[in-house]
Amino acid sequence: VITLSSLSFRAGFSRRGIRFSALALVLALLSSPSLFAQATDVNQIKIPALHPFHPQEPHRIQLANGMVIFLQEDHELPLIGGTARIRGGSIAEPAAKTGMLDIYGEVWRTGGTTTRTGDQLDDYLEARAARVETGSGDDSTTISFNCLKQNLDDVFPIFLELLRQPAFREDKIELAQTQLYTGIARRNDSIGGIAGREALRLAYGKDNAYARIPEYATVAAVTRQDLLDWHQRYVQPNNIILGIWGDFDPAAMEARLRRVFDSWSRSAVPPEPKIQFRDPKPGLYFISKEDVNQSAIRMVTLGITRRDPDFFAVEVMNEVLGGSFTSRLMKSLRTEKGLAYAVGGGIGADFDHPGVFRVSMGTKSGSTVEAIQGLRDELGRMLTRPPTAEEVQRAKDSILNSFVFNFDSKVKVLAERMRYEFYGYPPDFLERYRAAIEKVTPQDVGRVARKYIHPEQFAVLVVGNASGFDKPLSTLGAVTNVDIAIPPPPGAAPGKPAN
Amino acid sequence: MKRFPSFLLALAVFFALALPAQDLASFEKRITVKKLANGLTVIICQRPEAPVFSFYTLVDAGSAQDPERQTGLAHMFEHMAFKGTDKIGTTNYPEEKVALEKVEQAYAAYIAERDKRVGRDEKKVATLHQAWQEAIQAAEKFVVRSQWDEIVEQNGGVGMNASTSEDETTYYYSFPSNRLELWAYLESGRFLHPVMREFYKERDVVYEERRMRTDSNPIGRLVEQFLAAAFIAHPYHRPGLGWPSDLRTFSATDAMRFFHTYYVPANLYVAVAGDVTPEEALPVIKEYFGRLPARPVPDETLTTEPPQTAERQVVLREAAQPFYIEAYHRPDYRDPDDPVYDAISDIMSNGRVSRLYRSLVRDKQIAADAAGFSGWPGYKYPGLFAFYAVPTPGHSNEEVRDAIRAEVERLKTEDVSDEELQMFKTRAKADLIRGLGSNSGLAEQLAIFQARFGDWRELFRQLDRYDKVSKADIRRVANKTFRPENRTVGFIESTQMAGAAKEAQ
Repeated sequence: VITLSSLSFRAGFSRRGIRFSALALVLALLSSPSLFAQATDVNQIKIPALHPFHPQEPHRIQLANGMVIFLQEDHELPLIGGTARIRGGSIAEPAAKTGMLDIYGEVWRTGGTTTRTGDQLDDYLEARAARVETGSGDDSTTISFNCLKQNLDDVFPIFLELLRQPAFREDKIELAQTQLYTGIARRNDSIGGIAGREALRLAYGKDNAYARIPEYATVAAVTRQDLLDWHQRYVQPNNIILGIWGDFDPAAMEARLRRVFDSWSRSAVPPEPKIQFRDPKPGLYFISKEDVNQSAIRMVTLGITRRDPDFFAVEVMNEVLGGSFTSRLMKSLRTEKGLAYAVGGGIGADFDHPGVFRVSMGTKSGSTVEAIQGLRDELGRMLTRPPTAEEVQRAKDSILNSFVFNFDSKVKVLAERMRYEFYGYPPDFLERYRAAIEKVTPQDVGRVARKYIHPEQFAVLVVGNASGFDKPLSTLGAVTNVDIAIPPPPGAAPGKPAN
Repeated sequence: MKRFPSFLLALAVFFALALPAQDLASFEKRITVKKLANGLTVIICQRPEAPVFSFYTLVDAGSAQDPERQTGLAHMFEHMAFKGTDKIGTTNYPEEKVALEKVEQAYAAYIAERDKRVGRDEKKVATLHQAWQEAIQAAEKFVVRSQWDEIVEQNGGVGMNASTSEDETTYYYSFPSNRLELWAYLESGRFLHPVMREFYKERDVVYEERRMRTDSNPIGRLVEQFLAAAFIAHPYHRPGLGWPSDLRTFSATDAMRFFHTYYVPANLYVAVAGDVTPEEALPVIKEYFGRLPARPVPDETLTTEPPQTAERQVVLREAAQPFYIEAYHRPDYRDPDDPVYDAISDIMSNGRVSRLYRSLVRDKQIAADAAGFSGWPGYKYPGLFAFYAVPTPGHSNEEVRDAIRAEVERLKTEDVSDEELQMFKTRAKADLIRGLGSNSGLAEQLAIFQARFGDWRELFRQLDRYDKVSKADIRRVANKTFRPENRTVGFIESTQMAGAAKEAQ
């Protein structure tokens, strides 16, 4: 089901801010415990050693057919769940059928199995408050289940049937297409949505497989046979990583999984697509939206991968630049100047392809040019006034002291482990990460800042109402207008999709 | 709109159906409730899964308490609660205090001249504005910027945030469990001696938040107009983010007055969940939170919204795509029919088996999304039960309206099925179990229950009410509530296709 991000009814609800950074971590500061006495100053407060904690690693099994299984026992609650992640996602779909994997990820579940329709599955599962869901991403698809322990024997067979014998019924394909058409028709309604999408297209290039977007024509081109073929080619045991968590006996669970999966024979799967990455063309890009009083600003260029030896220093640098409430971007543009509610950014790092180095901000129309200059100044300051020893220490403390939140639940530990398996990272990557962060020096941070931050190399996108700007955008340089008009469906009036 | 009513329901059914008495007793053993001498309530929930804890501070006052001409003030104070204290965020508090008083005097003088109805002297306005800005600069010399945030982040705090709803204001984050005392010091400190430093810069930040959520978002614009129409007397008709003129007027002095009135210990509920024991945590919490002086409990009764006697309609003619919403007044959460509203909302909206999904999304394919929800914009005072739909391309607001109304009529004229009623109860049970595996979720829900009922065990006492929801109740409540004269309708009428590229200046 499509969710429209603009649908917020939380009028009056507001959050103080948006946190941009992700990882954070633990250095148990050791100090002698003392009898409790009220502190009048924060520095008087003793921080005792953190309780010893050894996160429980999931048990890994590899079947003869290549399927990898992780079992993570967790007896806190009477629940069992699992997710199968299958290699192959939207970056491998044909450009002329962009949106095909969105449809696949939806209809895999709604289209039912060869013995039961999706509607029948809905009734059966809801009567047990159980869930079996499917989805798709850039590089993989997933099928997952979640049920009360007592319903495992009812729910697991549905999971299996969908995995092996999905039907992709036509009526649900049409329904999924209609949903995608709705998303296309509405995609220019909010500046945040426009900015996010178009910034990605600028960063990677609009034809890059990570950035391309569905159109009426590409969605309409998808057929049931496409979905069946995809499933046939990709859903093979040697292409699957399965993780099961919850309140079960591991020996019994392993036996159950071997019973159903051991007989499934391996099969060749398509190679992963080779995708080229090029830095975006620097400059100013503008999209006009007349019914707003705020501009959405995005500055983008290519980021790095997590395999990059610079990754750890970059993580610390991100924290200083724009990854926290106390980052330079936040302090300067929000706290000091009052120009933004949401501002932040950093060098994106993905597991297997370059992330996006993205700086984001929203500011009133009347301070648009001032804000861009402010962002550029802060990026420049990372070079002329590189992060100090104190800033670097704070950033490292923040990452290391909150490190425990990376594995404070067994499901989180499982999810991390599955990610490392999927991308071929060492299973102890998190521990290596901690050790590497500890070693980062201010010199390292200064070096990566100089290596990756080139304020003049960004593609700068502004979505907003030019009539209210403080100065013409052109005072900052040549402006390229970006056309975001939605191509009408083939042979139909604008806004009317071909069915 | 926190999900208080549905969780309440879920937890109650869970304890009724899922847990044998033994488990129920053991869950109760993990919870300690203590009311301090100053009136502040502490709830501790032990969950030693990992060496971390989460907390949730609920202040039983929200935007509904914003004074006249000061809409947005509750939310503004929430932002200010991160600006530090007399000890944190300053290089010299005694001098800063004097400087901040001068800012307030200069601001009052500026505002008095700016807002003169007769005889305003523009030159004087400019001079006073300048003097105010200079006073701000003088006060800023003492600021250690973002020090409060820095301490939390550097010590490994995650998920630090806060929110203001019509009904309450809440603060939360998570820490490694060896930071309990640090947390108690910080959290009590900001409600012991908050300092309104950088107030007017932060007011600009809040105004940017309003531009993002409301002014520059079509649905945000619709919602603001919709609530202003749906309520004529109760403060729910005002935006929690504040009207523009109030955001340009209220002062740090106003914010402190709000704080002194509403942030009294008896209005504070502090829940902690995770790797904590009452033996270790309670003395620490008592010591620090006990510093807050007892103050009188404020009167939070408000004008009661009178019965609606005429249908109201709000139409936004916009470049955006169509969107439809309608809502009916309902009683507050203490009403005996509260669980019936939860049942209706669930049967109409929850998942692919729900009536609105099956009718509008699956069968008619006239909406990409359709649902009903309750307790909007709050539940503490009588609020709304709303239905909305997002039309698919080529389909109109009228079509989705008619389809929603048909489903509403069915509720009034036919019984729901046994299966639907049962699914609602089963789902609630399972959803609750799923919610128990999270420190932050537990802290949040325990604080809310304790605040709303004065005793989190009220969950169990409510159990019978949930068990007793019948098909007849659903028809009765639907007939009582979903009447045309009790309705407000709102929609976006699309005027054009948006987004064609335009020349930059």
